[in-house]
Amino acid sequence: MLNLLVSIKQVPDTTNIRINPETGTLIREGVPSIINPYDLIALSTACKLKQKYGGKIVVITMGPPQARLALKEAVEFGADRIILLSDRKFAGADTLATSYTLAETIKFLEKETPFDLYLFGKQAIDGDTAQVGPGVATRLGIPVVTYVNKIESIDLKEKTIILHRKTERGIEILRAKLPILITCEKELSHVPFVPFSEILKGIQSEPEVFTAEGPVFFERDKLGLKGSPTQVKKVFTPELKKQGSLYDLKEHSLNDVIGKILEILRAKGLL
Amino acid sequence: MKEVWVFIEQEENKIHPVSFELLGIANTLAEDLSGRIAGVILGSEVDNLAPEVLAYGAHKVYLVEHDCLKYYRHRPYAKALSDLAKKYHPEILLLGATPLGRDLAGGVATLLETGLTADVTELSIEKETGYLLMTRPAYGGNIMATIVCPHHRPQMATVRPRIFSVPERKENPKGEIIKEKIDLSEDLAGIERLNFIPKEKTVNLEYADVVVAGGKGIGGKREFEKLKELAELLSAELGASRLAVESGWISYEHQVGQTGKTVRPKVYLAFGISGAIQHRAGMQNSDFIIAVNTDKGAPIFKIADMGILGDWKVVAEALISALKKEKDK
Ligand SMILES: Cc1cc2nc3c(=O)[nH]c(=O)nc-3n(C[C@H](O)[C@H](O)[C@H](O)COP(=O)(O)OP(=O)(O)OC[C@H]3O[C@@H](n4cnc5c(N)ncnc54)[C@H](O)[C@@H]3O)c2cc1C
Ligand SMILES: Cc1cc2nc3c(=O)[nH]c(=O)nc-3n(C[C@H](O)[C@H](O)[C@H](O)COP(=O)(O)OP(=O)(O)OC[C@H]3O[C@@H](n4cnc5c(N)ncnc54)[C@H](O)[C@@H]3O)c2cc1C
Repeated sequence: MLNLLVSIKQVPDTTNIRINPETGTLIREGVPSIINPYDLIALSTACKLKQKYGGKIVVITMGPPQARLALKEAVEFGADRIILLSDRKFAGADTLATSYTLAETIKFLEKETPFDLYLFGKQAIDGDTAQVGPGVATRLGIPVVTYVNKIESIDLKEKTIILHRKTERGIEILRAKLPILITCEKELSHVPFVPFSEILKGIQSEPEVFTAEGPVFFERDKLGLKGSPTQVKKVFTPELKKQGSLYDLKEHSLNDVIGKILEILRAKGLL
Repeated sequence: MKEVWVFIEQEENKIHPVSFELLGIANTLAEDLSGRIAGVILGSEVDNLAPEVLAYGAHKVYLVEHDCLKYYRHRPYAKALSDLAKKYHPEILLLGATPLGRDLAGGVATLLETGLTADVTELSIEKETGYLLMTRPAYGGNIMATIVCPHHRPQMATVRPRIFSVPERKENPKGEIIKEKIDLSEDLAGIERLNFIPKEKTVNLEYADVVVAGGKGIGGKREFEKLKELAELLSAELGASRLAVESGWISYEHQVGQTGKTVRPKVYLAFGISGAIQHRAGMQNSDFIIAVNTDKGAPIFKIADMGILGDWKVVAEALISALKKEKDK
C-alpha cells in the first residue's frame, strides 16, 4: 500500500491571458481557470501508482474558494480525500509562505497516516518559480527529487523507489528511501481519458475546507502577505525594441536580400 | 563589508558558464554597495577551480569539499550552502536559473527563511534603500515584475543564463580562498545515483553564435532538414518554436522561449515563427534578429533588425546556395 499526497494549484490559462496596457495588470475576466498542467501529471501518476500498488490519494490545494473546482476535478483522477486551504490570511503568499502553509497542513494530516510519496508539479505556469516543491520537502525534512520523468519501480517491503531525473546533461537514475517528494515532468505520465462515471463522482464531491483558524495550527506571522519576505514592487508590460527594416520580396530582389544577410554575417565575423 | 555571493555551479569539475556571467553582474552590484564578491564552490576534489573563480572577478572563494558532494544531490548541497550563509551573512546570494540552481535555491531559501526571486532577467541596486531590485517575467512572459526582499538576508535570486555577459578573465588574480568543513552524511542525502545516461549530443543552443530557428510555418519534419543544412553551413545550432516541437518535427532540446532555452547569439534567424511573447522571451536579447515570414503583421517583425516578407523556403534555399558558393571561393 502506498499513501500518496498530491499538491495542486489552480492557475489562469496563460495561453488566454490579456494585459490591460494602461495599468499593466492582468485582465482576469473571461480567462478560464485550470489545474496547473504539471499537477495533472502528478495526479495521473498518483492514480497509476494507486492502481498498481494499492493505497490512498489525498489532494490539497491552497487558493480562493473557486479552487474547490480544481479539487472536484481531482476526484475524477482517483483522489480519495480533497482538502481546500482557503482564508484571506493565506492570500498574497510568496513561495516561502506557501510552502509553510502546505507543509504544516501535511504534518497535520500525517498524524493519521504518514505519506510515502508526495507529488508536486515541476512548476506552476503562472508564478513559474518551481520553488514550492523543494521548499515543502525542506520543511518536512525529507529528500526531494525534481524533474522526475520516470518511476521505474517501488519496493514496498524495503520502502525504496527507483526513478529517473532529467538534468541539463542527461538522465540520472536514482534510488531513494521513501518517504520522498518528487516534482513531475511532462513525460512522467499521460493524462488519461476520464470516464463519465468518474466525472459524476467529481461533481458530487465537496472538499473539506481548512482555514487559518483550524484544524491546523499556524503561526500567524508566517502566513500570506505577512509571512512573505518578497514583495512585488512594480508590475509592467515588457518593452518591445525598435523595429528594424522590412524587405518585401515582392519589391526587393532576392539577390539583394541575400547579399544583405551575407554582409551582416561577415560584419559579425561569422563567415 | 557587505558580500555578494555567487554559487559556482560545477559538475564533474567543469564550471557552468552561467556562474561566470553571475560573477560579472555581481561586480556591478558589489560596486554599488561598496562591497566584495565571493564565489562558493561545493564538491569533491574541486580546489583547482578556485583560481578560475578569482580570475573572473571574485575577491574571495569559499570552498567546501566532501565525498557527499561528489555529484549534485539536493540535501547535502542545500545544507552546505545554507550553513555557510548562516556563518558569513552575505547580503546577496545569486544562483544560475539552471535545473540544478533552481532545485538548490528553493531549499536554501527555506533553510535560511529568506525570500527568493526566480528566473531573474534584470538586477540592480536601488539608490535610496540599497535594496536589490530583481526583475522577472511572469504569467508566461506577459508581464514583468520587479521584486524586492527588504527585511530578510540574504536577498536571493536565480538568474537566467545568457542575460549577462562573461567578464574578462584576469591573469594572476589575487584573492583569498577559505576552506570550510561542513558535517554531511550519506544518510542526510537519502538518495544514491545508480547510473547516469549523458545526452547523446548536448545541444549547445544557449551558447551558440548563430541560431537557425524554425516554427509552425515551416510545415513539416522534412522541411526542417533544409534548416539543418543551413545551420551546418553556418556552424549554427537549430532552434524551434514550441509549436514546431509539439508537432514532433524536432526535439524539445531545441525549443527557444519561456519554457525552453534563452539564447543570445550574434545572429538569430527565425523562419516561419510568428513571434509570440513566450518565444520572444527566449531570443529577444540576440544581437541581430533576421525574421522571414509571409504575414506582414507577425509580431516577430516588431523585434527583428531585418524583416523579410516572403516564403521561408525561397530565402533558405537562396541562402544555402549563396553560402555554398562562398565556401567554394
Ligand atoms: C508576478 C508575480 C511574480 C512572483 N514572483 C515570485 C518570486 O520570484 N518568488 C516567490 O517566492 N514568489 C513569487 N510570487 C508568488 C508565487 O507565485 C506564489 O507564492 C505561488 O503561490 C507559488 O509559486 P508558484 O506559482 O511559482 O509555484 P511553483 O513553485 O512553480 O509550483 C510548483 C508546484 O508546487 C505546488 N503548488 C504551488 N502552489 C500551490 C498552492 N497554492 N497550493 C497547492 N500546491 C501548490 C504545485 O504542485 C505546483 O506544481 C510571484 C507572484 C506574482 C504574481
Ligand atoms: C505557458 C506557455 C509557455 C510557452 N512557451 C513557449 C516557448 O518556450 N517557446 C515558444 O516558441 N512558444 C511557447 N509558447 C507558445 C507560444 O504562445 C506560441 O504558440 C508559439 O510560439 C507559436 O509558434 P510558431 O510561431 O511556430 O507558430 P505560429 O504562431 O502558428 O506561427 C507560424 C508563422 O509562420 C508563418 N508562415 C506560414 N507559412 C510560412 C511560409 N511559407 N514562409 C514564412 N512564414 C510562414 C505564419 O505567418 C506565422 O506567423 C508558450 C505558450 C504558453 C501558454
